[in-house]
Amino acid sequence: MITPDAEPVIDVGKVAKLARLRLTPDEEALYAEQLARILGFVGQLSEIDVAGLEPMAHAVEVTDVFREDEPGDSLSHEDALVNAPKQDGRCFVVPAILDGK
Amino acid sequence: MSASETTAALLGRLERGETTSTALTESLLDRVAQHDESIGSFLTVNGETALETAAAIDAKRAAGERVGRLAGLPVALKDILCTKGEPTTCGSRMLEHFVPPYDAHVVERLRAEDAVLIGRTNMDEFAMDSSTENSAFQPTRNPWDTSRSPGGSSGGSAACVAAGFAPLSVGTDTGGSIRQPAAFCGVVGMKPTYGRVSRYGLVAFASSLDQIGPFAHDVHGAALLLEALAGPDERDATCIDRPVPEYTKSLDEPLAGLRVGIVPDHFGEGLDGEVDEAVREAINVYAEHGAKIVEIDLPHQKYSVAVYYLIAPSEASSNLARYDGVHYGRRAEEYTDLVDMYVASRSEAFGPEVKRRILLGTFALSEGYSDQYYNTALRVRRLIRRDFDAAFEKCDVILGPTTPTPAFGIGELVDDPLAMYLNDVYTIAANLAGLPAISLPCGFTKSGLPIGLHLQAPPFEEEGLLQAARTYERTTHWHERRTGLD
Repeated sequence: MITPDAEPVIDVGKVAKLARLRLTPDEEALYAEQLARILGFVGQLSEIDVAGLEPMAHAVEVTDVFREDEPGDSLSHEDALVNAPKQDGRCFVVPAILDGK
Repeated sequence: MSASETTAALLGRLERGETTSTALTESLLDRVAQHDESIGSFLTVNGETALETAAAIDAKRAAGERVGRLAGLPVALKDILCTKGEPTTCGSRMLEHFVPPYDAHVVERLRAEDAVLIGRTNMDEFAMDSSTENSAFQPTRNPWDTSRSPGGSSGGSAACVAAGFAPLSVGTDTGGSIRQPAAFCGVVGMKPTYGRVSRYGLVAFASSLDQIGPFAHDVHGAALLLEALAGPDERDATCIDRPVPEYTKSLDEPLAGLRVGIVPDHFGEGLDGEVDEAVREAINVYAEHGAKIVEIDLPHQKYSVAVYYLIAPSEASSNLARYDGVHYGRRAEEYTDLVDMYVASRSEAFGPEVKRRILLGTFALSEGYSDQYYNTALRVRRLIRRDFDAAFEKCDVILGPTTPTPAFGIGELVDDPLAMYLNDVYTIAANLAGLPAISLPCGFTKSGLPIGLHLQAPPFEEEGLLQAARTYERTTHWHERRTGLD
């Protein structure tokens, strides 16, 4: 449950790290203030008793949608690579992840 | 040639040979060239390919071949729908140079129905926000008053129809992004039921909420375009396999015993006086035409903005994790290692609202907080849906204002995200519950700004929703007004 009227504590620096974003000190201060206001606003949900309710992830709750497993056309190798920022004609190229390579 | 003709009028003239798609497309391209500088509705205009397509369709028609239901009609696409060989930017620096190697399902459908794809419309970055000021490339202006916003995020698609640049356009709606700009721009905009239109090839924002839908001058145009867009597609597992009615055929059938639901809370604090008056007048119009007006209660709707601003950012933070500078999209020039490459690429290419939502969603899903925020929101979402299910026992459509105010000024809300979010207070619940909903013109303010009427219906009741909308439109004629852009 959301705690009513609690001052939402949000460590924006930590959240940015999780989100793979780098913020300037100004951005960090701005987002901290704005996110605290937004989280204060969503705090109104604490008024509601949600015990026993099944979370609703989708509006039209369909599950286990199957189709025939038939071979068909797919993207060519070339097309799959065409938007890559860096590629060598066969693979996506990324910086080395192991030392010395 | 009049740039503001409806689809029905244009199709009639094309079918009778009184005009050609080439002539129509040329006149619209001229109009765009003359006027879009002041509106900014298009990011890309595809003049050459549009004219080639138009000529091919004219030849087919002249030869007496079978043509599609949109044959020769220019259609503009929100720049979030992947189109083979055409830049699909999503209004973001991240995808500035992204050229999809495939067509979205709806683009395939439009081609199959012989539409002329005239250009790609501006939008808030990744469809986040409600003003179309939040595009990385340009703001879009409201054709009724260029000091005002056209709404958003599908502001370019709404503005281009209002300005007479295209008779039809396609947008997407995650919390009101079709209906709010339709209301602000004085056109018809519809969000179909979740699962009615395939999202294959739609750049994802919040996958449990996103839907693709039509813009047009009138209900017939929206119905016609929805016929083309809707239908099953096994590449989107949430797309439901059920027949698509011929919405245009049943539009004018009399609606005996229509029950119109009204929520008294919709007419409370925060609603602009002129919007209030116009919507109440619309209720009278329905009553005069024999509809039964029923008061209903949606006790949890007041929580819908709070629920939405947990669910949508959570899904966005997950969907936008794919932008890592590896497979497509922008990669930063300078970085120290792999993780720093992700960080540098994302930090320089995403705009402020996208970052804000990624941060909010990442927080709401993070360890120790997800039950408190995200899962609580999903539970309240079920209550919101149950309220609708109960209400639709008593009525066939729910009527209210689309937006609390007419179009706000450009720059007016950009520094106050929460105030911007509250613009969607009437539209968001339909996304959370997966309902079809439409906005249609229902009047103008004294200063000449359009006002939108919002109708919502039970899932997959698009046919009845369009009939109910047409019932109003047939007797009121607000949809016939055009901007002074000439």
